[in-house]
Amino acid sequence: MASLRDIKKRIDSTSKMKKITKAMEMVSASKMNKAEQNAKAFVPYSEKMQEVVASIAKHTDATHPMLQTREVKKTGYIAITSDSGLAGAYNANILRHLNNTIQKNHGSRDEYTVIAIGRMAVDFCKKRGFPVAKSIIGLPDQPSFAFIKDMATETVQMYSDQEIDKLIIIYNHYVSAISQVATANQLLPIENMDTTTGTSSQYEYEPDEEEILAVLLPQYAESLIYGSLLDAKASEHAARMTAMRSASDNASDLIDDLSLTYNRARQAAITQEITEIVGGASALE
Amino acid sequence: MKTLTVSVVTPDGPVLEDTYEMVSCKAENGELGILPGHIPLVAPLAISSVRLKRDSSEDKLAINGGFLEVRPDKVTILAQSAEKPSDIDVARAEKAKDRAEQRLRSNDDHIDRLRAELALRRAANRLDVAQTR
Repeated sequence: MASLRDIKKRIDSTSKMKKITKAMEMVSASKMNKAEQNAKAFVPYSEKMQEVVASIAKHTDATHPMLQTREVKKTGYIAITSDSGLAGAYNANILRHLNNTIQKNHGSRDEYTVIAIGRMAVDFCKKRGFPVAKSIIGLPDQPSFAFIKDMATETVQMYSDQEIDKLIIIYNHYVSAISQVATANQLLPIENMDTTTGTSSQYEYEPDEEEILAVLLPQYAESLIYGSLLDAKASEHAARMTAMRSASDNASDLIDDLSLTYNRARQAAITQEITEIVGGASALE
Repeated sequence: MKTLTVSVVTPDGPVLEDTYEMVSCKAENGELGILPGHIPLVAPLAISSVRLKRDSSEDKLAINGGFLEVRPDKVTILAQSAEKPSDIDVARAEKAKDRAEQRLRSNDDHIDRLRAELALRRAANRLDVAQTR
């Protein structure tokens, strides 16, 4: 049996660890709330955008490269991960999804490229030798649109320049604080636009539909990227919160077990001491 | 006096929602004035200021990368950024302006001139709107 001092040491270090994980849990909880608010603040913009784009797409036969499916020679994948670990299966889910999709659909490295967001995705791609078109590290916890805009614009530009013919975004969709689902969405070309939500009112277009689509669709695609990012950030904080909570719970269990062992060992030591004294005394009689 | 509801929405959240008598803004192909009862219209906006008039006062917003959706009683402006004069960081805009001007002056081929020009226009627009506060 371990000595009393060893057990005491383990109890101390475990309770220190528990303090840290507890603090991280609370920090993540508040970050998650903030991220949820950000995601909510974004909803009016995306809904309105969707509505206008849908109503234009519905009422006109104007076309735009972003609405047309073309032969896919190269696919772009945006993978959103976090910079740091300690978030449970958050990153592993995304990277597994990315890896599986690539293994299943592509034979050679010329057929795809990855836009890696977050250190985990960047490192993963480097290790696997996936071609990386762009990478972003050091994303703030509450990213503003201005921060992500350049990256979004450049990615949409890659599609316009025919560098990629399809753009898929892989991120963790925030379902609730305890559930996040790895999701893959096709961003470009824009397909199955929900045209039923568009208003029935016929708009006047200034100057004309095609030019408006040319302005609107890149913005629409950028807003989709930003929306996914906000969603992913909320998921990240939620995942980290859950992971840290179970770490704290495990630490509590461990401390309970160790305390029990400690008390038992202490009692055994006392009993032994008494036996020895009694034994010594009776030997003198 | 008839009024119309104006709401300005950006990806970072709604900026403003209020009633006004008139909206004047700069679309990609010219100035545009909207009064209540306008026919439904969609138009992309230039990097410019949007002026919202009510009674004798006038509110200004610096708009970048947006468009305007008009319904008879409601105007929605969707923009990548929209700032009230009081929210504009003048020092930052001035720095951005200097940087963009420097880029345009240098004859380096690596510089994306279009991007620098857009940055210059955004900064100039912000400074212009900030002056009116």
